[in-house]
Amino acid sequence: MAASAAVRRDRLVGYTMVAPVVLGSLAFVVLPLVMVVWYSLHEWNVLANTFTFVGAENYQRMAADPGLADALRATLWFSVGLVVVNIALALLLAVLLNQRLPGTTTFRTFFFSPVVVSLVAWTIVWSFLLQADGGINGFLSVLGVEGPNWLRRPDAAMAAVIIVQVFKNVGLNMILFLAALQGVPEELQEAARLDGAGAWRRFRSVTLPLISPTVLLVSIITIVGSLEVFAQIDVLTGGGPGSSTTVLVYYLYQQAFRFNEFGYASALAVLLFVIVLVLTLLQWQSRKRWVFHEV
Amino acid sequence: MSAHPTRARRTAAAVGALGTALALTSCAGGSSAPAGEPETPDEPVELRMTVWTADEAQLELFQTIADAYVAENPELVAGVSFETIPFEDYTTALTTQLAGGNAPDLAWVFESNAPEFVASGALVDLRPVLEGTDGYAADDLVPSALSLWEDGDGLYAYPFSTSPFAVFVNTDQLAAAGQPNPADLVADGGWTFDAARDIAAATAQDTGKQGLVVRDFDYQAWENLATVWSGWQAQPWSADGTECTFTDPAMVDALTWFHDAVFTDGALPEPGTTADFFAGDAAMTITQISRASSLDDSFSWDVVPLPAGPAGQQDVVGQAGIGVFAAGEHPDVAADFLAYFTNPENAAQLAAYFPPPRASLLNGEDLAAANPRLSAEQLEAVVVESVQDAVTKPAHASFAKLSETVRAELDALWVEDADVEAVLADTCAAITPLLED
Repeated sequence: MAASAAVRRDRLVGYTMVAPVVLGSLAFVVLPLVMVVWYSLHEWNVLANTFTFVGAENYQRMAADPGLADALRATLWFSVGLVVVNIALALLLAVLLNQRLPGTTTFRTFFFSPVVVSLVAWTIVWSFLLQADGGINGFLSVLGVEGPNWLRRPDAAMAAVIIVQVFKNVGLNMILFLAALQGVPEELQEAARLDGAGAWRRFRSVTLPLISPTVLLVSIITIVGSLEVFAQIDVLTGGGPGSSTTVLVYYLYQQAFRFNEFGYASALAVLLFVIVLVLTLLQWQSRKRWVFHEV
Repeated sequence: MSAHPTRARRTAAAVGALGTALALTSCAGGSSAPAGEPETPDEPVELRMTVWTADEAQLELFQTIADAYVAENPELVAGVSFETIPFEDYTTALTTQLAGGNAPDLAWVFESNAPEFVASGALVDLRPVLEGTDGYAADDLVPSALSLWEDGDGLYAYPFSTSPFAVFVNTDQLAAAGQPNPADLVADGGWTFDAARDIAAATAQDTGKQGLVVRDFDYQAWENLATVWSGWQAQPWSADGTECTFTDPAMVDALTWFHDAVFTDGALPEPGTTADFFAGDAAMTITQISRASSLDDSFSWDVVPLPAGPAGQQDVVGQAGIGVFAAGEHPDVAADFLAYFTNPENAAQLAAYFPPPRASLLNGEDLAAANPRLSAEQLEAVVVESVQDAVTKPAHASFAKLSETVRAELDALWVEDADVEAVLADTCAAITPLLED
């Protein structure tokens, strides 16, 4: 049966309304994604202007690339460090700032403010603070501690990059946790208290299960975000010392824009995409085991 | 619906951002035929040259020359624009423009990228145009200055700046610290790297600022250390670029000297310390003579040649070339403009900032006329004498990869307790496969 004029008009209006988003996504998300896969099957020398089909060669090259192995190791360390420190600190801050005490609003603002600061400006200020004779070591020397040359020692450099990133974004996770904590019904806490549960027991058995959807959301955001880190590495360490802070995205950037290996870099981009996809799917699947209820 | 699929898609977008830039690539190869007398285009064209200077006086001079060219050739060009790309990301931004099918017509090229650019076929052979342009006097060009930019009979860029490295001295700081004047040491043959180190260390001790700064090195751009290790006759790789020579005794000695000057004597800033000589943060700096334009009168200063190392005094020049991209829209017009931009009259004007590769202009008087900040004697000593027998900083057809690999390996050297020989052995192990490629 043919649709009536009114229905057709409604459809037209609907399609017109979604068209900008759909076309935008096609042009700026789907098309580049397809193109990256296409490029990854080629050897592309920008300078010589050659574009040769090489099949899976770029993918085979990954297996034998020691630089990639280093980059994946650095990425793993960065992600694990960031996720653990960030989520633990955000949850701690949220619990502390969820108390009805004077000054909590000030502290909430204080911890959230870095989130709205420009990432590069934030990182540049930290790069000065972290210099051998910078503010951090100046402060430490007042306490009688001789700080390391943060950005030049492999172990310290990774820790420094993680800390800078944690302070930048912990406020956002804190606010998400705070919102979740305020949604935990007071009567459940009270019931647990009447049953004789202590503070830790109430947190573990009442609060945590009730905020588990937020924990899932925050974990996904933080893990995916940790895989995308670039500006901080570029500004603070340039991937060094050695290759200790050359994470996957930075390695990809080097291959594409420093070494002009656009084909191989595209293959790395596909790898990164697959890693992010798999991690997200894993978390999404595992939510049934530990997320108390779904939003 | 939770946030996750959106997030995954955003990630996809971020990953795909690489592709966005690349997706816009054009297949335009442009004309790669050797440029001769340019054919008159249907309508006057716009030319674009990428540069890494942001100095207003320099850009104004370029624009003046360009405007005169436009006035003389209204049927060819409607305008020439100069696009500044910051020094640090210059080559990256340039290749990104190439990848995006948005090649500039002309571009400055770093010497370290010279072999890569020359060999790639990205640049147009300029020799026919330069030799065929009336009044260009192509035989006035110093052959040694051109060699880096040649491949066979072709000349793929014009080395508009052949700027020697020299030592700038803050004579106020040295005098206050009671240190000898380097110019006097030059005169009596005592201007050595050891002397420079001792003066730098003593002055830094006195002022609480830094001693000697190898400008632009920053423990990253290691190729700038060529200004030091050349005094030991050391080189990172063999002349044909196939063999690593970081482990040669000369290089081991040179880098041991450098390491100790930093960590034992405190003559040079440690890693992660920024010090700008031109802002008065350091007693001395090794940099190119063309940086003299950064000096104001806030302190008194002098400029002297590079000190002598154990193997004698070796001058080092930094070069920059201007090339015409084959992938540009109007390579023949661009080459014609380049011939005008660098003809004898305009080269004399450009000499105010960039020592030209023209024998007729390489004398103290002409350079001093163009460069009021420096005296004829200073220029004679630092520029004229050094251009003829100077070496250039390291260059290689795989320079980008070598640069990054060596940087990563040498990071292990920039700590107090480094084992210089072991680090250099590791460096050779890491770059040998790249050199053999």
